[in-house]
Amino acid sequence: MNDRISEKLQILADAAKYDVSCASSGSKRENENKGLGNAAGGMGICHAYTEDGRCVSLLKILLTNYCIYNCAYCVSRSSNDIKRAAFTVDEVVELTIGFYRRNYIEGLFLSSGIFKNADYTMERLVLIAKKLRTEHNFHGYIHLKAIPGASDELLQQAGRYADRLSVNVEMPTEQSLKLLAPEKNRNDMLKPMQYLKQAITQYEAEKKTSRHLPLFAPAGQSTQMVIGATPENDWQILMMSSYFYQKMRMKRVYYSGYVPISNDNRLPAIGTPVPMIRENRLYQADWLMRFYGFTAGELVAPDSPHLDMDIDPKLGWALRNLHLFPVDVNRADAALIMRVPGIGVQSAQKIIAARRFSRLTWDHLKQMGIAGSRARYFLDCRIPGDNRRDLTPMQIKQQILSLQHSKYQPNFSPQLKLF
Amino acid sequence: MTTLLFDGSFPGLLTAIFEVYEYKLNDVRLATADSNPVLFGEQREVVTDASKAKRVWQGIGNCISGEARHQLYQAYLSELDTMPQTLLAYFQYAFFKQTNVHEDFSHPAVLTVHQTVRKVYREKHRMEAFVRFSETTDGLFYAVVEPDFDVLPLIAEHFEKRYADQRWVIYDCRRKYGIFYDLSSVQVVEMNFSPDMLQGKDASAAWNEKEAGFQHLWQQYFNSVNIASRKNTALHIRHMPLRYWKYLPEKQPAGTGMAG
Ligand code: SF4
Repeated sequence: MNDRISEKLQILADAAKYDVSCASSGSKRENENKGLGNAAGGMGICHAYTEDGRCVSLLKILLTNYCIYNCAYCVSRSSNDIKRAAFTVDEVVELTIGFYRRNYIEGLFLSSGIFKNADYTMERLVLIAKKLRTEHNFHGYIHLKAIPGASDELLQQAGRYADRLSVNVEMPTEQSLKLLAPEKNRNDMLKPMQYLKQAITQYEAEKKTSRHLPLFAPAGQSTQMVIGATPENDWQILMMSSYFYQKMRMKRVYYSGYVPISNDNRLPAIGTPVPMIRENRLYQADWLMRFYGFTAGELVAPDSPHLDMDIDPKLGWALRNLHLFPVDVNRADAALIMRVPGIGVQSAQKIIAARRFSRLTWDHLKQMGIAGSRARYFLDCRIPGDNRRDLTPMQIKQQILSLQHSKYQPNFSPQLKLF
Repeated sequence: MTTLLFDGSFPGLLTAIFEVYEYKLNDVRLATADSNPVLFGEQREVVTDASKAKRVWQGIGNCISGEARHQLYQAYLSELDTMPQTLLAYFQYAFFKQTNVHEDFSHPAVLTVHQTVRKVYREKHRMEAFVRFSETTDGLFYAVVEPDFDVLPLIAEHFEKRYADQRWVIYDCRRKYGIFYDLSSVQVVEMNFSPDMLQGKDASAAWNEKEAGFQHLWQQYFNSVNIASRKNTALHIRHMPLRYWKYLPEKQPAGTGMAG
């Protein structure tokens, strides 16, 4: 490994870092024939954390940052005066294997600027995945970017070798895309998503009857939206996410707070703070939609289109729906207990399990680490020396905020504990 | 009060629990032979007995699930001074109830086991994340760790599945043993790492020709993925506590290799 590789790595890792996905979980790929790596069983491992607190799980690089397009929000846009570089296929393979063997990473996340055309680029991404799988017997995680406009044939091959595929919509609405990336066409992005959705659905159906079916993108597909570069509100964004989850059967939607990288006057100026709290609130809302049974419409609405910045969306929802509380932990459904602010999925499960043995009191909840400063406002438990029944939503909010104020830092990140 | 002195091993602990029933002891304190001397009450030495241990282990298996039972072992690996006592209370409660008490969180011993297992599990997970192998000239991948709990028995399977085609060893330099995979199975080994290596001195003499290069590239990668405008040191350290840094090449000053 020489200085050339080192320089390429610097350039091409730097250019890839705005893609925020770091997930390496959810695959079913197992080690076979005493090969290298295992992506099954997966909660995904963060092998390191950057100094901004984000998970480093995959070797996340671009194959190249040369690009024929000029999307205003992107560092690799053709008009940007930056150093350009391109890895060879073998260089990426060797880096991946070398890092993986040392337990630095869970696998590879490979994206690319578009050189020549979509198929030419996609072909190379696929070739790298294929080499890793077939020549190196590699069973670690591979996430490939599906290049908009690539042929179905290539997408099919990509699905064979990769664990996850993603097409980033980048802009939450078609208007914004037109404004910032006029050469791009939203349909070109939706088409591969649709293809992948259909191929994954078909794979899952066939898998039930045929046991030796080769894997097809077992960790599904995901996408990413840039937040804060354009004027969309949270309602628009979350409705878009809902669409991706329901209609495209996405595994994940990522939100990337826009990091100003350009003097283009269509975009927030350089030095504008990254909207990290907003990004975090969107992740919380997204989490509530995926694991807590909330719909986008319960969290935001056309007439209140923004998530609260000072409280999390679950608390916000509870305060708007005080008529559903207090909840009796000894009787209520798991689904409702999960909706109590301060009680997560795991705590709810614990409650359901423990209440089979004895009637739970406030002290039990306390010992179980559940009776925090927020849950108490929403639970029907006799709390010693406490009379909080008649508070208004505003009063509850104030009390909770004053308690947690010291914990509240402006520096938010998606990987902060969510609730 | 009776104090049972056992050898500190897990079978030893199970034997002690067996003897609590065998001799119908009340008010028992469990202690390891090397812990503080007992001042009051009777004291008995427990001789570890595999068949007694097995009977207790099977007995608890009749009350709780296999997974729950494995968690008792994980709790034991926490090496907490109070854990033998907690486990005794857990076993007594389970044997008394004769049902699956594992989720009865209103019982203090059950709850403590759970809380401890969570901590042990977190450390296991951290080790799976923070082990860093270096490749030696003879193709062995070695890593040195200093986990808070005795988690090597818990991580062996993970690494065996993952690195099935390379010889590797993970050495716990606090507990002075390692696990070694020889391409067919994982064994516990007492190791003779040179003292220099263990004291965190430069180990690069043993590296193969590519090792320094890969460590350098990894450092480079780690620095490149950072987004300066999002810097959040508190969060960084919460996720990667300082005590692990010694063995992470990405946290070494540029141009230097890793300790151990
Ligand atoms: S096509 Fe992709 S890499 Fe190229 S400028 Fe647009 S967003 Fe950037």
